[in-house]
Amino acid sequence: MTRYALRRLAIGLVQVLAVVTAVFLLVQALPGDAAVALAGDNPDPRRIEEIRSAMGLDRPALERFGAWLGGLVRGDLGVSLVSGRPVVEFLTDGLGPTLVLAVLALVLLVPLSVLLGVVAALREGGVVDRVLTTVTVGLHSIPEFALAVVLIAVFGVQLRWLPPTAVGADLLAQPQVLVLPLVVLLARPVCSVSRLVRAGMVEALASDHVRHARRLGISERRVRFAHALPNAVAPAVQQLARTTDWLLGGVIVVEAVFVIPGLGTILVDAVAGRDLPVVQGLAVVFAVTTVLVNLVADLIGFRLAPRSAVVA
Amino acid sequence: MPTRRHFLGLLSLAALSGCAAPTAQQAAAPKNGGRLRAAFAGGGAKEVLDPHLANLFVEAARSKALFDKLADLGADVSAQPRLAEKWEPDATLTKWRITLRDTKFHNGQPVRAEDVLASYARILDPNRAFRAKSSLSLIDLAASRAVDARTVEFALKRPFIEFPNALAAFGAYIVPAGAEDFAHPVGSGPFSFVSFEPGKSVLLKKNPDYWEGAPHLDELEFVIANEESARANALLGGQVQYAHDLTPTTARSHTDGRIAIHRSPNSAVQAFAMKLDRPPFDNRDLREAMFLLADRQQLVESVLAGSGQVANDLFGKGYQYYADDIPQRTRDLDKAKFLIRKAGAEGLTVKLDTSTAAAGMVEAATVFADQVKGSGLTIEVVTGNKDSYWSDTLKNGSLSSFRSGAMPIETHIAQRLLTDSGTNVTKWARPEFDELYRKAVSTVDPAERAGVYREMQRSLHAEGGYLMWGFADWIVGAAPNVGGISTAPANTLDWARFDKVWLG
Repeated sequence: MTRYALRRLAIGLVQVLAVVTAVFLLVQALPGDAAVALAGDNPDPRRIEEIRSAMGLDRPALERFGAWLGGLVRGDLGVSLVSGRPVVEFLTDGLGPTLVLAVLALVLLVPLSVLLGVVAALREGGVVDRVLTTVTVGLHSIPEFALAVVLIAVFGVQLRWLPPTAVGADLLAQPQVLVLPLVVLLARPVCSVSRLVRAGMVEALASDHVRHARRLGISERRVRFAHALPNAVAPAVQQLARTTDWLLGGVIVVEAVFVIPGLGTILVDAVAGRDLPVVQGLAVVFAVTTVLVNLVADLIGFRLAPRSAVVA
Repeated sequence: MPTRRHFLGLLSLAALSGCAAPTAQQAAAPKNGGRLRAAFAGGGAKEVLDPHLANLFVEAARSKALFDKLADLGADVSAQPRLAEKWEPDATLTKWRITLRDTKFHNGQPVRAEDVLASYARILDPNRAFRAKSSLSLIDLAASRAVDARTVEFALKRPFIEFPNALAAFGAYIVPAGAEDFAHPVGSGPFSFVSFEPGKSVLLKKNPDYWEGAPHLDELEFVIANEESARANALLGGQVQYAHDLTPTTARSHTDGRIAIHRSPNSAVQAFAMKLDRPPFDNRDLREAMFLLADRQQLVESVLAGSGQVANDLFGKGYQYYADDIPQRTRDLDKAKFLIRKAGAEGLTVKLDTSTAAAGMVEAATVFADQVKGSGLTIEVVTGNKDSYWSDTLKNGSLSSFRSGAMPIETHIAQRLLTDSGTNVTKWARPEFDELYRKAVSTVDPAERAGVYREMQRSLHAEGGYLMWGFADWIVGAAPNVGGISTAPANTLDWARFDKVWLG
């Protein structure tokens, strides 16, 4: 398993490098550079040239990329073209709110979806199962921003039960601002993960090894939770990994609607400003997270259901 | 992004229009105290507090709260003395003696002539690219000097009666000599610095010693919300008391007294720019046909949702020197058809470049393309990249969407309509027009000068490249108990001026 993990890590490193290079090339391909974006509605060519040389954008792209990669090896992500602040500061500023959201969402997501999935599976075909199926399929089809806008209008503005945005708030000191964003963030993953848990559980309960365990006289409780559940959760872990990526990706829509200045907001601003060092820094963070999360998911899957991991 | 933004706006509107109306408490007499939270769109974590780098509305508003300029623009967009108590040119209009107000920076140091010269030297630094640089570039800094602590004598490279406009230029703030680190900015403005989290919040407190009198508010906090719907929701939810830049649709759906809507007319001009140096608009008849094809009232009604007024192909309605005696153009399809035939442009298809770089531009382009139908011309709307739009349209294409905020008419001409102007999008290049401009800025007599400006505007109206169809109101929302919000055009002195605002 250690060799498997190491091999995956090495591949991951190559993947990160590939992502970063691709991002660099893509941003180069966008029309305009940081100087043009900064000049905005005052695009005096003389001024753009001055900004360009003040930012060092008059150096060849390859040279700038090389210098940036050199810095990356030393753990230096460079400075923002636009504000001159270190990119690391941008990342730590944005990481806080995004992490708070992501961790809370995951902490709530796992028990909630396992519980719903197991309950539905144990009552397969019954009223509870049918209601849960209807609700989860329905909820899953609502896009985040539509749900967010409706929730804000009803609970934030009309009833005034909860703050409609998190503008200017300290997320942890005022947890009430997190309620609506978390509901929006959880709505879809709870549906998809609990559906997977339900399907896995139904399959596992009908499997040979569970039937065998029952024949051995093991208590029904133990059969369900010690024998069936781990097999049922394995596919859900993969889905959970994807969900984690998505959460750490900043959930741009949720951040925009609720005014949470996380990584998603920083990414949008940095791309609009063609602030390449910041975009690149974010790409590194997202790529590393994706690689690590998937690695961890595969390792967990390997532990839970060794046969399925061989294929991966 | 644009589609999502648009969709969010529509949805929130639909969801909110059924709000109940609580009793509105009107802001009465000025009252002291309290913290006002103001929500603006921002630039995210790349924002800075260096006032010379100010580029966004939020940066301009914060700079205004923390710093002073020598002059600023009044309600008629003419320069008014601020940190400069008075100014006097000599007879040649090339030497200007400026007397500073007796006032102090937030650290207790007096504002001296030396600080003014150092601030301008910083802006004019050849190795940097501050926005106010072009406006101040006519100052001969080496020949300028501090006469005494409160008197500056500026030497100019050429006679310029409109020098106060340069002193009022966007970003021409006075900082203490030697200031380079703006992590804890020190200014002379009505508020002083407390704390800053880039992309999130800036907290300021009142400067009790401000030369124009202490602000009413104890504290002022700028918060960032990029989505218009989020600003409106935060205001409705009581999280902020001031929301900058709302859309006409939001304004129209909140007439129930839960929030107060403040409009600043003549804030932003909306236009189409035709390039004169290339076909097809190098033909004067075709330009006139375009002027006659626009149904301005319909554009104002549909694009600006009625929050604005029609324009007459001239910049600066209501501003000093605006030629309001030129008759308003109206739609005349028959004459336009005739002119299109005369120009030999029948059956021609013209690309109209637009983007979501400014609100309403794409909508206006679409509506105008519709209005042109049946005239012999066809307009094809092309939506470009919003981040590089202004730079793209300066060089490419022949017809594009255009908008501009308020600035003195002289500045508009200097930046956009002279042969060597940096942002001459219409490529209007006429030696006789340049000559008129030089005459205007060296004419001392105000009435005579107004006459020259009128002559310039007449020729722009007759054959220029800007089809200016409307002036948009600038819309801000506030809690009903917020008093003292001015309706001066955006970008002028009284816009986003929080030292005059109070919480009732």
